[in-house]
Amino acid sequence: MANHKIRVTVNGSAREAEVESRLLLVHFLREMLRLTGTHIGCDTTHCGACTVLLDGRPVKSCTVLAVQADGREVMTVEGLEKDGKLDPIQEGFFQEHGLQCGYCTPGMMLTGYALLKENARPTEGEIRQAISGNLCRCTGYVNIVKAVQHAAERA
Amino acid sequence: MIPAPFDYHSPKTLSEAVALLGHLGEGAKVLSGGQSLLPLLKLRLGSAGHLVDIGRIPGLEYVKEEGGYLRIGGRTRESALEHSDVVKKRYPILADTAAVIADPLVRNMATVGGNLAHGDPANDHPATMLALGAEVVATGPKGERTIPIEKFFTGLFETALAHDEILTEIRVPKPPPKSGGAYVKLERKVGDFATAASAAFVVLGRNGEVERVGIGLTNAGLTPVKATSAEKALQGKKPTEAAIAEASRLAAKDASPSPDRRGDVEYKKEMARVLTARALKKAIARAEGA
Repeated sequence: MANHKIRVTVNGSAREAEVESRLLLVHFLREMLRLTGTHIGCDTTHCGACTVLLDGRPVKSCTVLAVQADGREVMTVEGLEKDGKLDPIQEGFFQEHGLQCGYCTPGMMLTGYALLKENARPTEGEIRQAISGNLCRCTGYVNIVKAVQHAAERA
Repeated sequence: MIPAPFDYHSPKTLSEAVALLGHLGEGAKVLSGGQSLLPLLKLRLGSAGHLVDIGRIPGLEYVKEEGGYLRIGGRTRESALEHSDVVKKRYPILADTAAVIADPLVRNMATVGGNLAHGDPANDHPATMLALGAEVVATGPKGERTIPIEKFFTGLFETALAHDEILTEIRVPKPPPKSGGAYVKLERKVGDFATAASAAFVVLGRNGEVERVGIGLTNAGLTPVKATSAEKALQGKKPTEAAIAEASRLAAKDASPSPDRRGDVEYKKEMARVLTARALKKAIARAEGA
């Protein structure tokens, strides 16, 4: 009774599955589609490790039901690279050492990617504001901000 | 964390949604943005037999001035409110509020109607809407009815909405000339609930006196608090430093916060006083500039 057929476009491909009502989007992505680049951090809507783009906007996929994504577009960190070429945001994190452990990185990059789509030349303040729902517990934010700036300059 | 099992419904129209809620009874909950409801279900602080998702019903997301009001569709995302031009220009108190709700990612899902209908005194819109004297529109089996915001919050996580009603619109009266509002929040970090927060809306009279004032407090009781004694003290007075100080002192008396990790009662009341003074000063400065 509580199963639903859903069709979600994930990183450009249509994916269909039968899911339980209560299945979270992050579990759908990680466990059913095996897209494990999306991380589970706090699991309580705080940390942003599970950030994905839903119809182009960054959201916390631990706080969205898979059924809510039915008929919509999801982009995960696996969708950033195109034809073997890193997206400028990935290049930025690589060049500016925008990570240490890497746990927050997929979420940080997707939030940064969405910011640059809307605002190609953000100020430092705008970058810090945009990533304020993504927590990093090791590098601090200095290099993450530099990474987004790097991407903005080269995009 | 995984919520207890429930069934999910995704009606395509408002009337279908209302009929479903009526048919499913008290065990059904409305799912709007889900940013309060889903954490609650995941933590198993609450449960629901059925979720009725209003996410696919057209026409519930808008922000527009019409017929003497700013009309906000119930499912309007907080991020849309925050970035709305009319809000930034004419209702800065609402932009202040939306910008400090949770974090930018949560605001991409969270909805204005949900923030009110959840009935959580820690949410930010209730105080602002109390200060503004807003009304909410509830759509149920008999059609629409309007509820003044002062009558909307009936208890902790309880509102005047019947189980088969959906909050479909919020109406904020168009600001008169020489009016202004502000929302000031103290939070430990981005994404936290308010340690204390105050919303103030003032209308200045011909001689610069306070013709009308609304003050709302966040996280200052079991329901959102309208600081009526503070409002009364300021009404009709020139907004001098002393009058603002007195109103703010009374606002702290109107507050009855609970102690938690954010602070004890004395500290929270003191913060309610300080933040009310700041909100009033900002609101008055905006009214003078209007």
